[in-house]
Amino acid sequence: MSASPKKFVYGIFNDDEVVLNAIGSLRKKGLKVKDVISPFPIHGLDNELGLDRTRISICAFLYGMTGMSLALLMIWYMNIFDWPMDIGGKPSYAFYKNLPAFIPVTFESTVLCAAHGMVITFLLRSKLLPGVEPNVIHPRMADDHFVMAIQIKDDSEIANVEAQLKSAGAVEFINK
Amino acid sequence: MGHHHHIEVTSTKPYEFTRKNRMIAGVMMIIGLLAIIAQFATHHEQTWSNLLMNNFMFMGMALCATFFLAVQYVAEVGWSAVIKRPLEAMGQSLPVAGGIMIVIIALGGHHLYHWMDAELFDPKSPKYDEIIAGKSGFLNPTFFWIRVVAYFVIWTYFAKLFRKNSMLSDEGDGVGYWRKNRAAAAKFLVLFAVTESTMSWDFVMSVDTHWFSTLFAWYTFSGIFVTSIAALVFTVTYLKSKGYLPEVTEHHLHDIGKFMFAFSIFWTYLWFSQFMLIWYSNIPEEITYFMLRQDHYRGLWLASFFINFITPFVILMTRDAKRKLYLLMGMSIVVFIGHWIDTYVMIIPGSMITAGHHAAEGAAHVAEHGEAAISIGSIGLMEIGTTIGFIGLFMYLVQHYLSKSPLVAKNHPMMEESLHHAI
Repeated sequence: MSASPKKFVYGIFNDDEVVLNAIGSLRKKGLKVKDVISPFPIHGLDNELGLDRTRISICAFLYGMTGMSLALLMIWYMNIFDWPMDIGGKPSYAFYKNLPAFIPVTFESTVLCAAHGMVITFLLRSKLLPGVEPNVIHPRMADDHFVMAIQIKDDSEIANVEAQLKSAGAVEFINK
Repeated sequence: MGHHHHIEVTSTKPYEFTRKNRMIAGVMMIIGLLAIIAQFATHHEQTWSNLLMNNFMFMGMALCATFFLAVQYVAEVGWSAVIKRPLEAMGQSLPVAGGIMIVIIALGGHHLYHWMDAELFDPKSPKYDEIIAGKSGFLNPTFFWIRVVAYFVIWTYFAKLFRKNSMLSDEGDGVGYWRKNRAAAAKFLVLFAVTESTMSWDFVMSVDTHWFSTLFAWYTFSGIFVTSIAALVFTVTYLKSKGYLPEVTEHHLHDIGKFMFAFSIFWTYLWFSQFMLIWYSNIPEEITYFMLRQDHYRGLWLASFFINFITPFVILMTRDAKRKLYLLMGMSIVVFIGHWIDTYVMIIPGSMITAGHHAAEGAAHVAEHGEAAISIGSIGLMEIGTTIGFIGLFMYLVQHYLSKSPLVAKNHPMMEESLHHAI
């Protein structure tokens, strides 16, 4: 038992201000504006769409903590446990006494894991991994056009939605 | 344009410096003055050191406020237009800080700076010090005084010029005076880069005359800059808490909060870079600096690191924290206290040794006590009193200048952008 795939009408706009203003006016008329795809960030778009704030910063924190822990574990194993090192002419062989020497590596590992973790998470979440067929709605959506996705229940709504989009300033329509 | 409504500047009136606030600032200054007088009266060894470290912080806050203001012009920053008046007001303390600094060093220089003893440079004297004599090209009284006077003349000139042009722009020509300030700011930043470096060697690093660190100027800068941002955060949040500056939204608070967060980490980076390299290489002429601090000021030395790094890092990390007025205000006080301790650990250990030697020589105790006994700084009522006095002076001056002009430069060319600032 699978739910029927969601149906969308896509309105294509050629001006960022027009698409931004269209969100509110179309929603007032009862249309389900689900998303706007833009080749560049539009100031105030997330707010207008009512999107939740990104959680990528929480991911970054967790990846950073992972990187820090891994680095400290690695250094402890290599320089204290497995092969005790005389660091900076101070043969203390104690982890906490040699900590200053370990901070740069720990910092780099934290940043490495946080940065790569964020990028990989973003790519996974956006379904942008190598080999994935890109979902190109309009050939100019990564160039100078803006795509607004409006969810519909069935094909009978298409004509009405297209008319509304046209009055809001859309220049083309696609339905999939 | 549907949702982009026009926002008007509403802060057209100056800040009202109330009787109550004058009283508070006045009482704080009297407490400071009494603490200083009491110290002199009791021949307290630490008086000159206390004056130097407190005035250095006071000067640093005013200087870095002017630096931050100049950066806003040169980088053509839009969002900060609504907080420029507080920055301008903070910079006006520079001539006062300069006057106090000149008095402190003219009268008490011998208690603070070991190199001010002329005998160290005389090969025939038993006190001849080859290392210090080698620095005489830079550390000689004539060149030192030329530099000190030049610093305060240059800094005061630009702090006054930025404010003057900003006030004139209220009459109408916002763009013209903004351009004048941008041109002046570019010149100031070049001069600042040089004078800030040499000033940190003159006022602070030369306290430990034998010792030197090549990143000391950066380290000093990061400390006074983040203290200055903390003072800005306090000023802006205080004004907002009193109903002033409705133009400053949580978006602006978020941005100044980010500066406080980021430069706390920048300070930590430089603190650690200086410490780690010296700790690792462990060579006698460098490590003495940290040995002195670890042996006699261990608690303060560690406290400054943890307060200035861990507290802002943990508390100001989230977006929400940087947008809360009273949390930011509280953190600005924490950062101030942390950097007070840092400045203490930078200046007091070295200057107290010089003060101790000076006192011992005066009392002809050298033979009896030898070189082994060193004077150690303390923190008591007199130290805290002196600091309260300087805070009172700074609060008085900032409020005085805020009360002389409207709280927002209404004709600033980026005002519209600043009023709509959203992050």
